[in-house]
Amino acid sequence: MENLNIFIRSIFIDNMIFAYFLGMCSFLAVSKNVKTAFGLGIAVTFMLVVTLPLNYLLNTYVLQPGAMAWLGEEYANVDLSFLSLILYIAVIASMTQLVEMAVEKFSPSLYASLGIFLPLIAVNCAILGGSLFMQQRDFPSVWTAICAGGGWGIGWLLAIAAIAAIRERVTSYSNVPKPLRGVGITFIITALMGIAFMSFLGIKI
Amino acid sequence: MAEKIKNKTVFFNPFSKNNPVIVQILGICSALSVTAKLEPAIVMGLSVIAVLAFSNVIISLIRNTIPTSIRIIVQLVVVAGLVIIVSELLKAYAYDVSLQLSVFIGLIITNCILMGRLEAFAMANRPWPSFLDGVGNGVGYTIILVIVAFFRELLGCGTLLGFQVVPNCFYQAGYVNNGLMILPPMALIVVACIIWVHRSYNKDLQEN
Repeated sequence: MENLNIFIRSIFIDNMIFAYFLGMCSFLAVSKNVKTAFGLGIAVTFMLVVTLPLNYLLNTYVLQPGAMAWLGEEYANVDLSFLSLILYIAVIASMTQLVEMAVEKFSPSLYASLGIFLPLIAVNCAILGGSLFMQQRDFPSVWTAICAGGGWGIGWLLAIAAIAAIRERVTSYSNVPKPLRGVGITFIITALMGIAFMSFLGIKI
Repeated sequence: MAEKIKNKTVFFNPFSKNNPVIVQILGICSALSVTAKLEPAIVMGLSVIAVLAFSNVIISLIRNTIPTSIRIIVQLVVVAGLVIIVSELLKAYAYDVSLQLSVFIGLIITNCILMGRLEAFAMANRPWPSFLDGVGNGVGYTIILVIVAFFRELLGCGTLLGFQVVPNCFYQAGYVNNGLMILPPMALIVVACIIWVHRSYNKDLQEN
């Protein structure tokens, strides 16, 4: 139940784009049409679901102060938390590489549709942000990490697909002031969507 | 002499004409989240300047020895190392601010400005121009952060850097702080307004 709550919270209230603005760079670059936006959204969701539990295990059993206690008495005082950033990014970058190779081998059609986005994901703030939030909030178990990862990913997917759909219409049907065309109006649309998403505040299951 | 002029454009271009945030649209993620108050925005800007300048120099020094196929990983490791130093320094000397910035210092690693500048500039240029490019882009980023944070803190809390700016008699006359400015979406609106003003003056940047 707790996990379901975290899952729903991560989609709507803690939405990566509307509440924290993470992953905005690729979000702005790719949200020009719905199909590619959807592809990138799927890729991000997948990477979040994979890397968040991995980094959770890494944090619990290697990095936290006292996490190495399972190795023996003399390791009980080791605190490696200053290494967390570099290890998280290493996990994310190598997982991206691994997933890319696996997808290429087993599902060429999926690879063809995601191919160009997969390498980009290594430097997507949403993925590293997910891991850092996980560390900051002290998740109780690895299932919580998976649920939160899935929720953040789906929230990101929803956001980018919705904005891409609106942008497709805006460019063809409306007369936007010249200096605001392109990026400017996308910022304003995102802000309005963000205010709309705030109405989800306080949802609890 | 030609070298001098080039260095000057490298340094000053990112301030306005080629600003990383509002023209190249890089590094938006962190630019928006830390701007509810002026102080964290300034600290964030300084951290980005430091990381950007030094990672540019380091990558530029070793650019000829990095194999192309693993350059992204090398860049990430250099940047992550510098970010760890910055975050430990902040925890030691500015603990309150580092609590406010929370995860966003760590997110400097995936800040697109860094990867963009390392790929586009440091991989192809010598250390000194790379250093200038790093500082220039960092300052360009900081300028936008400070402008956004200035308006959000002034209109949202009536304070600047924590000091009361809006006089008390205003409040007695019925003036109320605009709570909306503190909410995250307003950062996007303020940036959109900056883009609007900037592009009205620089017509060549307008998109069709």
